[in-house]
Amino acid sequence: MSTPARTKSMDEHPIAPYLRMDRIPHIWCPTCGIGTVVKCFASALEEADLDLDKVSIVSGIGCTGRSAGYMNLDAFHSTHGRAIPFATGLKLARPELEVVVFSGDGDLSGIGGNHFIHAARRNMDLLVILVNNFIYGMTGGQNAPTTPVTAKSSTMPFGNFERPFNLPHLAASCGASFVSRWTSLHIRRLTKCMRMAMRRKGFRFIEVIAPCSTLYARLNRLGSGLELMRFYHDNATIKHNIDTREVDIGYQDTIVCGNFVDEERPTFLEAKDDHYQTIMGDRYVPMSPEGGWLHE
Amino acid sequence: MAAGCRFVAGYPITPSTEVVERISKRFPVMGGTFIQMEDELASMAAVVGAAWTGTKVMTVTSGPGFSLMMENIGLGAMMETPCVVVNVQRGGPSTGLPTMVGQADMMQARWGSHGDYRLIAIAPQSPQEAFDLTIDAFNLSETYRVPVMFMMDECVGHMTEKVVIPPADEIEIVPRVLTDKKPGEYLPYATNGWPVPENVRAGDGYRFHTTGLTHDEKGYPVMSAEVQEINVNRIIDKITDNADKIIRIEEEQIDDAEVVVVAYGITARVARMGIDLARAKGVKVGFMRLVVVWPFPEARIAELAERVKGFVVPEINLGQMVLEVERCAAGKATTTLVGHAGGGVHDPQTICDAIVEAAR
Repeated sequence: MSTPARTKSMDEHPIAPYLRMDRIPHIWCPTCGIGTVVKCFASALEEADLDLDKVSIVSGIGCTGRSAGYMNLDAFHSTHGRAIPFATGLKLARPELEVVVFSGDGDLSGIGGNHFIHAARRNMDLLVILVNNFIYGMTGGQNAPTTPVTAKSSTMPFGNFERPFNLPHLAASCGASFVSRWTSLHIRRLTKCMRMAMRRKGFRFIEVIAPCSTLYARLNRLGSGLELMRFYHDNATIKHNIDTREVDIGYQDTIVCGNFVDEERPTFLEAKDDHYQTIMGDRYVPMSPEGGWLHE
Repeated sequence: MAAGCRFVAGYPITPSTEVVERISKRFPVMGGTFIQMEDELASMAAVVGAAWTGTKVMTVTSGPGFSLMMENIGLGAMMETPCVVVNVQRGGPSTGLPTMVGQADMMQARWGSHGDYRLIAIAPQSPQEAFDLTIDAFNLSETYRVPVMFMMDECVGHMTEKVVIPPADEIEIVPRVLTDKKPGEYLPYATNGWPVPENVRAGDGYRFHTTGLTHDEKGYPVMSAEVQEINVNRIIDKITDNADKIIRIEEEQIDDAEVVVVAYGITARVARMGIDLARAKGVKVGFMRLVVVWPFPEARIAELAERVKGFVVPEINLGQMVLEVERCAAGKATTTLVGHAGGGVHDPQTICDAIVEAAR
């Protein structure tokens, strides 16, 4: 059980101590899935055995990019697409931190796609939670690198013809040590997956499919929030350890969920320390876990 | 390294690569971390992120990379993050002259990221200053919680000269002073008298929030003209109100001068020869070297403009810092650019000719 910043009182929400309650209400639309993912994350934090003083959260820009700002952690709302490199600097300069990146599909796989693949390649010690709503929400429903073919967006008004990313496969093929996908309907499984990922090391990637009823669902006439949840219920299938080549998402098609990759392989920091120790022996001075400034 | 820098993120670019090559060799034996990022966008983002651990941080680049860094230099200015950005300037625009000298990023250092902000830029003229002034750059970035642009040029960057490195205990280092307020009492962007907020770092239990959005004292986003006014004015005022403390110029033979040459970086050294040539012809010419380039010594230029005939500004670009000189001279003295498009330094004779002309 992690120690929250404060203890909760009987009349408040169980996860209130994990949130910045002075920033609630949040900006998200009714039926948006991001709040649910934040709730799952807060629950996972509560159950995880972490010193929350040592957990930092970094977001980029966009609807999901606001998530860091609602968490009662050291929180960084960085620039569009740069949450991963920002988090990389934070982690490497104070290695004892657990650094979580929490952002959207457009942010992390569009403008930040290059950083995503390189952080996965390095097996950088980051937990990356990507909320995929198939669209750029904050700016008004424009096409994303995740928009399924034939789905309409405000910049593909006649339907999208660009092939979208299969993000779990992208992460896995680049070398991420933990890769999974859930939807915002899978509250219990997603929370458990997040908790599990908090116990793993290296680049841990969780894609969460979440509804955007204001834009994506409206442009595509997919119905209300409840109907979107019903769609997930009827069309999500759980296949743990499946080959990530098989988890593409088609328009209104099956959403394959599960924990696809869970392998132990050297993280960036482990590889760095091992390598320099082998080459230099005692001459190697690793970065202090507390950061580089205390020892001057 | 002597300044206390222990985190560098960079991306290879000529003519700056020697810096990261040296750092990548030295850091493993001194508890520092170097990472070669996937591009300069990432390098600058990593540097800003790393600074929030209390670690002193730096990145190194040249023109094309400097352009990519602008996004997160703005983030550094808005989040008030101490960091040093070294730009070993080459000829531009675009890919330009990768291996040859330029000084054409001087205005970019001041205006390159979008929005209103101020930061500090320094231009060394020698390897010795590359050492000494880098330490000053780190110290200024700490004092004012601001990205400091270290505007080298390819000539100074590749120059071989004697450098005296003082003993460590003689090097003055401004440490990262963390707030002594308790979590809960601390507000990340509150100020009290001194316009720079107190520092905090990730991992100490403060549960703070910081953002590139316009924010209040809590570091929370507030989308209003009123908070924008307070936020942006403060990050500007902390530099402009302290400009006298930050500005550093060197003057030579200025007392009897009818013409003043204003130069910086490698061009300062070339200009001295042009000045000697002009003095030999009997022209009363003085010299002002910009050591700190931004903030600009507005008041001093205005003061000199009252009594000199003209300013001559040689620089390896087609007119950048000369615009500042002209603005501050406000028509009270002539201002002459001795431009050079890059790829080499000036012929001192062209500077001499401009001085003679300005003295007429």
